[in-house]
Amino acid sequence: MKCSRAIAAAPVVLAACSGPLSTLDPGGDVARDIARLWWGMLAGAVLITVFVLVLLALGFGRPRAALQRHWIYGLGLWFSMAVLAVVLGAGLWVGERIVPRDDGAVTVRAHAVQWGWHFTHDGADGRPVTDTRTLHIPAGQPVDILVTSQDVIHSFWVPQLAGKMDAIPGRVNRLRVQADRAGRFDGLCAEFCGLGHAAMRFDVRAHDVWPPAVADRTIQEGHP
Amino acid sequence: MNDTVQHDAQDLPPNAPRRALRLHRELARVWANDRGVWGQVTAVSHTTLGLRFMATAFVFFAIGGILSMLIRAQLATRQGAFLDTDLYNQIFTMHGSIMMFLFAIPMLEGLGIWLLPKLLGTRDMAFPRLTALGYWCYLFGGLIMLTALLFGVAPRDGWFMYTPLSGATYSPGINADVWLLGVTFVEISAVAAAVEITVTILRQRAPGMKLTEMPLFAWYMLGTSAMMLVGFPPLIAGSVLLEVERAFGWPFFDPLRGGDPLLWQHLFWLFGHPEVYIIFLPAAGAMSTIIPVMCRTPILGYGAIVAAILGLVFLSFGLWVHHMFTVGIPHLALAFFSAASVLVAVPTAVQVFAWIGTIWKGRPELHLPMLHILGFFLTFVMGGLTGVMLAIVPFNWQAHDTAFVTAHLHYVLIGGFVFPMMAAVTYWMPLITGKARVKGVGEAASG
Repeated sequence: MKCSRAIAAAPVVLAACSGPLSTLDPGGDVARDIARLWWGMLAGAVLITVFVLVLLALGFGRPRAALQRHWIYGLGLWFSMAVLAVVLGAGLWVGERIVPRDDGAVTVRAHAVQWGWHFTHDGADGRPVTDTRTLHIPAGQPVDILVTSQDVIHSFWVPQLAGKMDAIPGRVNRLRVQADRAGRFDGLCAEFCGLGHAAMRFDVRAHDVWPPAVADRTIQEGHP
Repeated sequence: MNDTVQHDAQDLPPNAPRRALRLHRELARVWANDRGVWGQVTAVSHTTLGLRFMATAFVFFAIGGILSMLIRAQLATRQGAFLDTDLYNQIFTMHGSIMMFLFAIPMLEGLGIWLLPKLLGTRDMAFPRLTALGYWCYLFGGLIMLTALLFGVAPRDGWFMYTPLSGATYSPGINADVWLLGVTFVEISAVAAAVEITVTILRQRAPGMKLTEMPLFAWYMLGTSAMMLVGFPPLIAGSVLLEVERAFGWPFFDPLRGGDPLLWQHLFWLFGHPEVYIIFLPAAGAMSTIIPVMCRTPILGYGAIVAAILGLVFLSFGLWVHHMFTVGIPHLALAFFSAASVLVAVPTAVQVFAWIGTIWKGRPELHLPMLHILGFFLTFVMGGLTGVMLAIVPFNWQAHDTAFVTAHLHYVLIGGFVFPMMAAVTYWMPLITGKARVKGVGEAASG
């Protein structure tokens, strides 16, 4: 019963790995590094789970000598610390690759309000251009997003491009994203922010030509 | 040697006829609850109050469970019209708050209050009236929150109550005040319990019972109560500050007037992360008590387990920021808190392998509590491993605030608390009721 349900669920589970809001269907280097980290950790976690459960199952037999040297020091301390050191090292390595740094990357702004976004980038004429539905970024290069908030805490998240960054009133947070190709990506608010939280969705458009030509966009001017 | 003992014994005056029995009856009368309903209200006995804590906690567990079913019913379909957004927000906030503050904490306090004097060989807790105060504070705080739920004005800003959303500007009405008042009463109850659990363990052990020889459960409760004494004051402080901001406009969390919304997050998680181990340690104490009995052998590595408890108590106060990896903190702090969060898995691994080693060493028998313990292993290992994943900052940036975290914390709490508590209840229930249980029912439930 359980097995057949698991098999029936398999296509559903795998289907969840792709799509516009999947972190496992990366659209750029930052998200791809994190996705690889996840697959590595998942493989390790599956092996460890099986290992522990097999040890547990083997315990149901005749009494055997169990030495502290093996169980406490060998498995409890050294085995766990070795695994954790590898995972932590991988995490720090990936983290160093994806943090924002001062390399003159294009900077755009995402300002959150209850319940929507004001996205600003520098237009072709050098004047800031604001849009409430779509964030415009250049494709094929790292982009830093300055995330701010008007009222309560929100969180800026485009799963295919990078992790999330909270929008906190009184602070300016910087998040690095990268899109490999020109195209459209989905984004959403990831921090519970009240009644309209679920509707705080937005689009990201990555452009080959930067700044995008005026004809390319639907612009609503006049926002702060 | 034998001669001396006999000689000393001859010097003692002989017992008066049936002196022991008379003394026992006298003492039993002195320590008993008064008769009738009023006797129940004024009861200070740890047995009565411990059981009452646990029974009340299970009632709240059932209420929290019903709320989770409402959440699932709403989420079962797209655009479901079962609950409106406001009611849904109230229900998921109350589900989390009830399970954390009105089920888990009172449940572990009840188990400790009921069991510790029996384990340590003392008649009652150090401060019996404080036990009673703690219970009534808990009940009062819990009823405040339940009443608000019944009248549709329950808190709705998430069980974590992040400012400024929970401030007066964005949450007008009494909803957030209900949370702050209700939870603060429960916190007072928790601090009261922690004070007397600590004192009871340190001061009231039976003559000759050294700290290094006490039952492991008492070590676990000592670690838990030490963490509660340090971990709850930040939350009480945070709740008081937020209520003062809401009621009197003092801007602790308002950036426009010099406050900082992150202050709340630091105070909340400085409580909130140790809280996870406050919940886990007593459950692990039950495991360390029950597994050796089910396997007919002493536990493997008593000293190592005590060291693991002390390690958890210390480390758990150094990693609250892993709940805040996405708030924009400096890179060095990210690395530090990531490493600390990873490190806390080591004492947990020591305990898990000590338990499995005990099972190898002994002759495990699949009695009912052991079935729940198998449930613990299946669930908790996955909960622990997903926790290590979340400690890795880049992955955390993707998984934070998603169903991955929800799944992780439910694996940890169901595996690390609910299953051990089910094992504990089935293990000690015959002692509580004095009756054998109905065969098969518990096995069916655990299956």
